[in-house]
Amino acid sequence: MERALTAVILMALVTYLPRVLPMAVFRKEINSGFIKSFLYYVPYAVLASLTFPDIFTSTTSMVTAIAGTLTALLLAYKEKSLVVVALCSMLTVFITQLIV
Amino acid sequence: MNGTKKQQYRNGLIKGLPIGLGYLPVSFTFGFMAVSAGLPVWLAVLISMTNLTSSGQFAGTNLIISGGTYIEITLTTFVINMRYMLMSLSLSQKMEPGTSLFQRLLFSFGITDETFAIASIEPKNISGSYMYGLITLPYLGWSAGTFLGACTSGILPEIAKGAMGIALYAMFIAIIIPPAKKQTPILYVILISITITCLLRYIPIFKFISSGFCTIIATISASMVAAYFFPINKKEDK
Repeated sequence: MERALTAVILMALVTYLPRVLPMAVFRKEINSGFIKSFLYYVPYAVLASLTFPDIFTSTTSMVTAIAGTLTALLLAYKEKSLVVVALCSMLTVFITQLIV
Repeated sequence: MNGTKKQQYRNGLIKGLPIGLGYLPVSFTFGFMAVSAGLPVWLAVLISMTNLTSSGQFAGTNLIISGGTYIEITLTTFVINMRYMLMSLSLSQKMEPGTSLFQRLLFSFGITDETFAIASIEPKNISGSYMYGLITLPYLGWSAGTFLGACTSGILPEIAKGAMGIALYAMFIAIIIPPAKKQTPILYVILISITITCLLRYIPIFKFISSGFCTIIATISASMVAAYFFPINKKEDK
């Protein structure tokens, strides 16, 4: 168990460092238009990459995952709130699981 | 950012509520899996309270269970978490100029994919108080969900767990689609990023690249392409 505890502390450290270093070190505003534009696009690129293709394997079968994804895409397109999109997507997966 | 510190904190708190709720099923699953695999409840909860990240701690915990070396565990976790450097750098540009080092050291701990996504779409500069508010409920949700999952290991029917896995991904979709509708460059960024991710994942010669690293490569390339072809206007600071 001591081994596991040491591992957890190491994990915590390498999770905290990338979060804190840029925030603590880069105190000045960046003036380069390119870097500003780059940073502006980062969130969308990160979230898209985290979501696809992993969303298709996030449930017990591909069919239910696709149904849930389509529901989320449709409701997001209609600009529903985050909670509504997440809940309806889960509900769709739950219902299709019963059918498939 | 307008209002007193208290109002800013409350504003962050409200924005963090859906994240905290969204974390419950994921951290529940984590606690459930960790205890089912043989870890004690307190350790599963400690992992969540000290790491506060999904993929990084999932991978790290997997390696702890399968008996990985310290180096393997540390490197894998670090590579998956390297994307936080981009987020932290991006957020550092949004902070109010007076934000102290102490505040930065403290709230940086709570930067996750989700809190970053919400903070980064705030129209104005953000303050330390806002960030404290924003991370409070996600932190509680993540810790409490882990604890509940760890305690109920074995009781929950398979079918309910199957539906929970999609929740956070659905939330990500809800974050990126509305802006993509209004700004075509954002749509391109999303499509390029997904394409690169899929290429790296499914072409066998790239198999040695971990999924965390795939995300880093996809993010950097997609954002650079978009920054080159679609530079944002200077009037952007509304």
